Amino acid sequence: MEEERIEITGSEAIIRSLIEEGVDTIFGYPGGAIMPVYDALYDYRHKLKHVLTRHEQGAVHAAQGYARVSGKVGVCIATSGPGATNLITGIADALMDSTPLVCITGQVVSGLLGTDAFQESDVVGITMPVTKWNYQITNAEEIPEAIAKAFYIASSGRPGPVVLDLTKDAQFAKMKYSYTKCSNIRSYVDDYRTDKKSLREAADLINNARKPFLLYGQGIVLSGAENELAHFIEKTGIPAAGTLLGLSALPTDHPLNVGMLGMHGNYGPNIKTNECDVLIAIGMRFDDRVTGSIKTYARQAKVIHIEIDPSEIDKNIKTDVALLGDAKWILRLLIRLVEEQKHPEWLKEFQLAIEIEKEKVIDKELNPKKPGLTMAEVVRKVSDLTNNNAVVVTDVGQNQMFAARYSKFINTRSWVTSGGLGTMGFGLPASIGAKFGAPDREVVLFCGDGGIQMTVQELGTIAQEKLPVKIVVLNNRFLGMVRQWQELFFDRRYSFTEIISPDFVKLAGAYGIEGCAVQKREELDSALKNMLKSDGPYLLEVMIEKEDNVFPMVPAGASVSDIILTANEDN
Amino acid sequence: MKQEYIITAYSENHIGLLNRITIIFTRRKVNIESLTVSESALKGISKFTIVVNEEEEKVINIVKQIEKHIEVLKAFYYTNDEMIFQEIALYKVPTEALMKSDQIEKLIRQYNARILEITHEYTVIEKTGHKEETQELFDGLYQFGVLQFVRSGRVAITRSPIERLSEFLKERDTLFEKMEAIKML
Repeated sequence: MEEERIEITGSEAIIRSLIEEGVDTIFGYPGGAIMPVYDALYDYRHKLKHVLTRHEQGAVHAAQGYARVSGKVGVCIATSGPGATNLITGIADALMDSTPLVCITGQVVSGLLGTDAFQESDVVGITMPVTKWNYQITNAEEIPEAIAKAFYIASSGRPGPVVLDLTKDAQFAKMKYSYTKCSNIRSYVDDYRTDKKSLREAADLINNARKPFLLYGQGIVLSGAENELAHFIEKTGIPAAGTLLGLSALPTDHPLNVGMLGMHGNYGPNIKTNECDVLIAIGMRFDDRVTGSIKTYARQAKVIHIEIDPSEIDKNIKTDVALLGDAKWILRLLIRLVEEQKHPEWLKEFQLAIEIEKEKVIDKELNPKKPGLTMAEVVRKVSDLTNNNAVVVTDVGQNQMFAARYSKFINTRSWVTSGGLGTMGFGLPASIGAKFGAPDREVVLFCGDGGIQMTVQELGTIAQEKLPVKIVVLNNRFLGMVRQWQELFFDRRYSFTEIISPDFVKLAGAYGIEGCAVQKREELDSALKNMLKSDGPYLLEVMIEKEDNVFPMVPAGASVSDIILTANEDN
Repeated sequence: MKQEYIITAYSENHIGLLNRITIIFTRRKVNIESLTVSESALKGISKFTIVVNEEEEKVINIVKQIEKHIEVLKAFYYTNDEMIFQEIALYKVPTEALMKSDQIEKLIRQYNARILEITHEYTVIEKTGHKEETQELFDGLYQFGVLQFVRSGRVAITRSPIERLSEFLKERDTLFEKMEAIKML
């Protein structure tokens, strides 16, 4: 049968291809070299929601937030030159945190490439080290295939960002349009099927372990293996701890969830890493913020690494058994091979560790004796008031670590943070994307007074979209995390970490966003309730004790067993 | 321990891929000693041959990163004794020096080199061999005034009877079939 192929412009082909891929929301900023696409978008504006951010960095972080919450590919559009270069931070962030993105950038007409034309920059060259794949389209006929490949690559295997650079002439040109989705590229393997022998070996190690310990990362969320993870640990009785990005993959209060790993993670998971006999790592990459010194990391343990990206195997930590492939698939197979077990004594050790941490850290943070508010009590109160149901978005720094430590989760995909790249300014735009990705859920952003000012212009986007995100600014009048390091490791030489901020409530007010500031503990509860009651966007500024520190802490380069519980502790 | 390794990579013939591969080395501050790219025995598939002087662990990491690129089919690494390899060198010497004595002629015979072109001003000599061999000839010719000298990147072929890429492509086909079968279930 003769396929119907209608003639349309390259720009319209872009829009129709996006719709074919199930895209309903895109984030972007127009400009000269992408104008034809924006013109085509105008005809499709009722089918494809476009969110105008105030800066391209805002667009890409919003797309990230959208992708992380919805599980779909985040899409953003920018013009050539500065438009494209402004996306770089978000693209690099998405690569580090395995977030599926398709970023479409305009480019000067192909005849002008390499002539230093107005707003020309070598986007394919610049984005090469920070993309999973990129491609320049100079011919309209290539558009459907390139978009199909982009979506397939971005979302399959270990997800990541893709950039399509689209010359202006390709946007204007007419082409015969037809669309076929991509599901296979000869040179690219999107999944592996681990062999039976390795599975058997892993199962034997697990069945014979006396002190097994499981680490879960974002790979669980990306493969949709949350139920399998819970089922697996329930059958084997293995305590599990999450990486920063793994949070919300397993309910916080699950009896076998022993907390968070890493530099500011929980006490038990860190010290027990160096006491377990079998370490099962799933969908995580042994980041240095998780491992501390790799020379002393889990040396006593047999390591099983379940991972879809072969380049992660043995990259940082040598494995005894590597299971390559999709976490969900592998867990399903493993569940059949492992024996039902309980490890009550071993689990008790984690409970004892949590008791120690409670006494030395957590209680002081949640029920402080001092008058100044702590970030921890604000975070926990938000969790309580939202019944642990909110999507929590954070910026980077102390606000992020407190949010990670004290938020509680019931549902997966409830946690959006910049982990690998640690991008300050990520939070506010990411919360916009998160709300579009989960319009029916409460989205609460925790950010610091420093980070919010890096992308504060996105309040304009929130105002224009009347987007009911709840912004909690934890203001300690410092770049808190750097100040903490200065205090602990640089003799309290507070070099340029004191920061002046505008009146955030007034600033929000200038955008027509409702807001309130609280100073005292007595006001906190009702202020948070008011914030959550409000129908629209809301900014709550909470004045925090100026020089609070995040503890526990594994000092950079130290062993995970040398975790410090308090500042004056002689370890 | 640092030693010479030969990395070979097979890829689709796409614009920019050379760049994508070389930045992996740049990022890790690894110097590329030599690099050759050309079409392989399989049509449309390029073969990269890259020589580095590095520790094995780093080489493994680099090979995995190369393989991670969407358009790379497969990458391998070898030590020198696992491969047969050659380089080619061209030397331009003044013809006058060639005429004056039989020294250059002796060198050409000794090193099994050959003359490509002779003009009134210069003579172009070609030698293939390992780097040490082409270097030795260079050192021998040096006293006569080498006007120009150039050495190619390394080309290398494995000692195993089969092309590992064909083996790999077969494996991949089975994998795809297996996965299709799983999707059907």
